Amino acid sequence: MQPVVTLLSLLLALAAGSAIIAATGNDPSEVFQRMLRSTFGSGYGFGQVLFRSTTLVLTGLAVALPFRVRLFNVGAEGQLLMGSFAAALCGVFLPATTHPALAVPATIFVAMAAGSFWALTAGVLKVRFGVNEVISTIMLNFIAQAITGYLLTNFFAVPSTVHTAAMAPGSNLPGLDALFGLSWHSPANFSTLLVIGISASAALLLFRSRYGYTMIAAGLNPEAARHAGIATNSRILGSLAIGGALAGLGAANLVLGYKHWFEAGMTSGAGFMGIAVALLAGAHPIWILMSALLFGWLDYGGLTVNTMVPKEVFMIVQAVTILAIISFPALPGMRRRG
Amino acid sequence: MTEPINMTIRLTGITKSFGEFRANDAVSLLVHPGTIHALVGENGAGKSTLSNILYGLLQPDAGTLEINGRPVTFDSPRQSIEAGIGMVHQHFMLIPTLTVAENIILGGEPAPLFAPLSRKRVHREILELSRRHGMELDPDAPVSTLSVGEQQRVEILKVLHRNARLLILDEPTAVLSPPETERLFTALRSLAAEGRSVLLVTHKLDEVLEVSDEVSVMRKGKLAGTMPTREATKGSLARLMVGRDVLLRTDNPPQQAGKAVLSVEGLGYVTPDGRAKLNDLNLRVHAGEVYGIAGVEGNGQRELFSLLWGTYDHSARVSGNISVEGVSLIGLHPAGIADIGVSMIPEDRLGCAIVPEFGIEENLLFGRHRERTFHKGVGFDREKVRRETKRLIGAYDIRFSGKLNPPISSLSGGNQQKLVLARELERPGIRLLLLAQPTRGVDIGAIELIHKRIIEARGRGMAILLVSSELEELIALSTRIGCIFEGRIRHEFSEEAVRNGRDHASGFEKEIGLHIT
Repeated sequence: MQPVVTLLSLLLALAAGSAIIAATGNDPSEVFQRMLRSTFGSGYGFGQVLFRSTTLVLTGLAVALPFRVRLFNVGAEGQLLMGSFAAALCGVFLPATTHPALAVPATIFVAMAAGSFWALTAGVLKVRFGVNEVISTIMLNFIAQAITGYLLTNFFAVPSTVHTAAMAPGSNLPGLDALFGLSWHSPANFSTLLVIGISASAALLLFRSRYGYTMIAAGLNPEAARHAGIATNSRILGSLAIGGALAGLGAANLVLGYKHWFEAGMTSGAGFMGIAVALLAGAHPIWILMSALLFGWLDYGGLTVNTMVPKEVFMIVQAVTILAIISFPALPGMRRRG
Repeated sequence: MTEPINMTIRLTGITKSFGEFRANDAVSLLVHPGTIHALVGENGAGKSTLSNILYGLLQPDAGTLEINGRPVTFDSPRQSIEAGIGMVHQHFMLIPTLTVAENIILGGEPAPLFAPLSRKRVHREILELSRRHGMELDPDAPVSTLSVGEQQRVEILKVLHRNARLLILDEPTAVLSPPETERLFTALRSLAAEGRSVLLVTHKLDEVLEVSDEVSVMRKGKLAGTMPTREATKGSLARLMVGRDVLLRTDNPPQQAGKAVLSVEGLGYVTPDGRAKLNDLNLRVHAGEVYGIAGVEGNGQRELFSLLWGTYDHSARVSGNISVEGVSLIGLHPAGIADIGVSMIPEDRLGCAIVPEFGIEENLLFGRHRERTFHKGVGFDREKVRRETKRLIGAYDIRFSGKLNPPISSLSGGNQQKLVLARELERPGIRLLLLAQPTRGVDIGAIELIHKRIIEARGRGMAILLVSSELEELIALSTRIGCIFEGRIRHEFSEEAVRNGRDHASGFEKEIGLHIT
């Protein structure tokens, strides 16, 4: 049932994308071929796809875990921003000689704590005051945008730039080139390997641990979970805390692995795209790897054919995929009898 | 209005399938004018499907409908209403803020949108109709001030006011107290005497025998038989419903009760908006005893159970004390209450007791996931859970077809309930069971087993607090019975009184009825 929906949605989105490409006066098959060549056909392109997918895996998980407890975390963008900013500041303030064994864990911890804190704010508002998490996470996105922007321009930006100073070199993560002796010259780094492990752990947490069992139960039938002695509020907070931490961990890829500083606009909407990634994967941590790869490919692939078709076309393709996934199960023929 | 009030309805070969499932299979039924025709069957036997077809909510795949010999087809309830068929649903469809008269007119207004409504005429008609059939009501009373029984009268008057000549009533007594049930039956007899026909959809065999003229039994989508009620007995109807002999009353041997396990003293509960739901409620349940609470729904049973299980609204005002062998339960959460050997089977099975999407095994763990014996590392010992599930499936005769661990939603209500019962009764160290509506929505065959297991658990020394809207069930299972009315135990029947009452059940039911209204 679910795989069929996903497949149909993808086909529909691809058809819609082709139609739009054709409408712009280009040959869809040529455009897609060029996209494939420039991404999977070159080390640099493939590295770019991996790099973008890596952030998407994390923001996707940040949406998917709370989703299992019936929470719609629209705030991965804000959580990623806070995490990235905090990580960069931590790296900036660490002594330049700090050993990597200390600097890397320290900055990663700060990034996760900041993301987690930001998501927990929405969690507390929900548990304590009954504020709908969709609204609070959207608002928290704005606040995160404003806070980081204000602090950056007024206090931390290197004069006449939009980024902070570089972090202590000890907190930098090695690139894939250095790790495997490649010469892709892409921003892909150690974080890509990290997120594969993270996804597997998230799957274990959800489907193999007692905590995950209670999380899923609380999401499927909150009233029954309460009767079964599961503290549903603590699962709400827990899932948001973990989700926020993972969104914050996106800093490992963007800051520690690539830029080595915080820069205005560096998250480029990866938090929002995480929603699409999670929905396409049915909030399943392993499928999120696949779905993040697809969206990462569309994201970078769209850029490579920018001279032929505007990048916006691929944003439409992404959005249509999600709309289709949400709408298909609601069609009369697709609904199972209760 | 000019049509005669007499209406003969004939259904021939009605068949209706949902996917693979045949809800109705060549059902033929004849309802004579001026009779009360009972339609009985277990859950899922196809009663609702058939009445929905008759009311135009569903369209049959095959078969015909005839009214007074003329074939008819209904694409929607509007057409069946015009043909003179009215339906009183189990859940009322009234607007609480409107008056009785307004609710009755609603949906049946004279055709032109802005035509004036003659309220006076409507009032007169309502008064006249209600008096004629012994259903007195004030047309100006807001529906929110009415009792459940009175609301049902509004529903019946609504369909009568639209000149229904065949009334379909879906489980009309489920929410009524015994005296209200009596009044309803009087009204139904009066309607039949006038020449109208009544189709009474129910699963309560006593009521069928008491009020109906003819009875049709459905089993697994097929009509198992139709007969004049005077030729039917409870046993013969039950056999037709289930397809085998069933024990209608479980053996309930006397048993010496032990020490008090649950004591409830002076319990009071006032909702956050200031309504007193419990008021100085006192009761004690001893080891090896089933304490039954009889009462009309809404008299505090739900609040009592929510307090006992720690799921009440914590902003409500609670007074008095609840203790289990000296340990106070007030302020504890369900997990803490479960830890001291208490277990709970809530009345709303789908909403509160199971996770429908989970498999049988995951549902067996549900609420018992804290038990060490099922743990392994950070997860569960799947192998052990599987073995335990297998054992309970055997011991409680839980039936399902096909897969190894199907989602529990694919099981019948009776089998779901057996699983819930198995899970709770088999908790290690359980001393007290809170049991609400153990056989609601459960078929007769499963009721037999559930009752047996409850008596067995009592035999092992468990204290059981039972709430049920079925007086028959309370009388069959309880050691003592407390009658709850407006949030307090108004009368308590001793063990001796219950034992004697069991021998003349219908008289005893009436006696209980006096204390709960």
